[in-house]
Amino acid sequence: MSDELELGRMDFTKPNRQVSVPQLQQISKDVRTRILQILGEAKSGHPGGSLSATDIIVALYFSKMRHDPKNPKWEDRDRFLLSKGHAASALFAVLSKCGYIPDSELKTYRKLNSRLQGHADPLTPGVEIPSGPLGIGLSEGIGMALAGRLDKKDYTVYVLMGDGEQDEGEVWEAAMSAAKFKLDNIVAIIDKNGVQQSGTTAQIMPTDSLAKKWAAFNWNVIEINGHDFSQILPALDQRKKGIPTIIVADTVKGKGVDFMEGKAEYHGKVPDKEKLQKALDQVSKE
Amino acid sequence: MDDKSKMGSLRAGFVDALLEIGKSRQDVVVLGADTTDSLRTYMFGEKFPDRLFDVGIAEQNMIGVSAGLAFSNKTVFCGTFTAFLCRAVDQIRNTIAYCNLDVKIVGSHAGLVTGPDGAAHQTLEDLAIMRTLPNMRVIAPSDYYSTYVLVKQMAQTRGPFYLRILRTDMPNIYTDKRELKIGRAETLIEGSDIAIIANGALVNRALTAAVALKAKGISAQVIDCHTIKPLDRDTILKAAKGTGRVITAEDHSVQGGMGSAIAELLSEEYPIKINRMGVKDKFGESGEPDELLKKYGLTEDSIIKEATKMVGQ
Repeated sequence: MSDELELGRMDFTKPNRQVSVPQLQQISKDVRTRILQILGEAKSGHPGGSLSATDIIVALYFSKMRHDPKNPKWEDRDRFLLSKGHAASALFAVLSKCGYIPDSELKTYRKLNSRLQGHADPLTPGVEIPSGPLGIGLSEGIGMALAGRLDKKDYTVYVLMGDGEQDEGEVWEAAMSAAKFKLDNIVAIIDKNGVQQSGTTAQIMPTDSLAKKWAAFNWNVIEINGHDFSQILPALDQRKKGIPTIIVADTVKGKGVDFMEGKAEYHGKVPDKEKLQKALDQVSKE
Repeated sequence: MDDKSKMGSLRAGFVDALLEIGKSRQDVVVLGADTTDSLRTYMFGEKFPDRLFDVGIAEQNMIGVSAGLAFSNKTVFCGTFTAFLCRAVDQIRNTIAYCNLDVKIVGSHAGLVTGPDGAAHQTLEDLAIMRTLPNMRVIAPSDYYSTYVLVKQMAQTRGPFYLRILRTDMPNIYTDKRELKIGRAETLIEGSDIAIIANGALVNRALTAAVALKAKGISAQVIDCHTIKPLDRDTILKAAKGTGRVITAEDHSVQGGMGSAIAELLSEEYPIKINRMGVKDKFGESGEPDELLKKYGLTEDSIIKEATKMVGQ
């Protein structure tokens, strides 16, 4: 597979591709490297939440989702909505690796006249929704899931949210409506890294009972380790008829870089040159 | 104005148009937020049960779900009371306007004419807020017919709109059923001494005022500026040049609404004296629509008074 990927021969339009866990881990390593390179080049951005979301996004794009880098608007594609839009560098790293955008474009991230905006934005081929203000992605996913049902399409809508994002009231408005509309073509995922911009979720707004909350909102709730592909992949298939599914994925903010892990400091800060090199060394070794 | 047969509902104009649009277009969907009775969009649901989605009292989610549907090639009409819609300005800005989505946002129960519900419901800032958003077009019709016609045109025009409609019935103005066009202000009476440019609930009052002014020897032009954005520059500049005096009248704050849009245009293109009639940096209060318009200086009498003063008689 890796060879096929390197040669750009991977057919992403076929769902449930047989990609092994070691292969996915290898891809994640490269994606984390790209994230740090992108952020280093931009000198600003959000490493913590990008590194925590990496494995989930990699599992979706390289194993699970049906999509087509040559035709980003393919109407039968599965949709991936990055509701936590500050993790744009993770999405751009994955999109470049899939072939949506040339690698050379990554260095334009956050710069003037670029298609790669500071927060994920549909200006970039393959990006479905704009984001930045939190809490709206799930609502948009519900709209797409309703449209899929109306149009008798069998695509799935995946929405990735943060755990800090759960502070937003709109998330819970959306939670109620997806259950009301009995949407089983939507899968939400919470990147539960336990840290938000200005502190831990425990300090800012506790989210320890997230799984219970979502279950009370009549969702099918699955709890996993969000860095373990052997848990991520099967969770994506544990859907139930007539009710929406949410995966609460325990993750580590800044995953793979020791001085970033679990630190709010690196939510929206890029390390200096020396530290960046250290981070690059760590993620490529991991 | 007491003759009920001469009155019409803007909400009825909206939903009558919507039912026709829904019949011919399968891609049109409607969203509500527990006010489908007030906006009468429940009637769309009766005809097309698969295409009406009520998200409950959750305006932010309504805008987000509308965006998702529009990203999936649907034309979306979503609406609730204007006051509640304004809590979703972030969602409107960052998705609907930013991505130029085909979502028509309908705000009902706007302005003082909302009446007894009080300041909470009498939105006087909505035109100002929506007008500042890039890509957003802003429409404030004045009667049943103009609402009906403009809603049908909105459906045919891709991209975001904000439509402001009212709780109370309004006198029928377009009894001639003339052709109306989004972006073209409608001259209802020609005049040479002063131009009264109004929207919504103030259009019929401007007409009544113009008739009274004529009896006093003042020739007042009356323009229905139903499209606040994009503003009909040509018609407004022509009126300003032709009369040399402009009054704007709207059931909205004087800050940021149609009056401001016209003041911006005239100050750059043809600076003349302009009198912006509207609510002067205040909130409304409970009362009957006519009582409120009187208290806040937005009646035909107040228009007559201001016009007479400006013309210098």
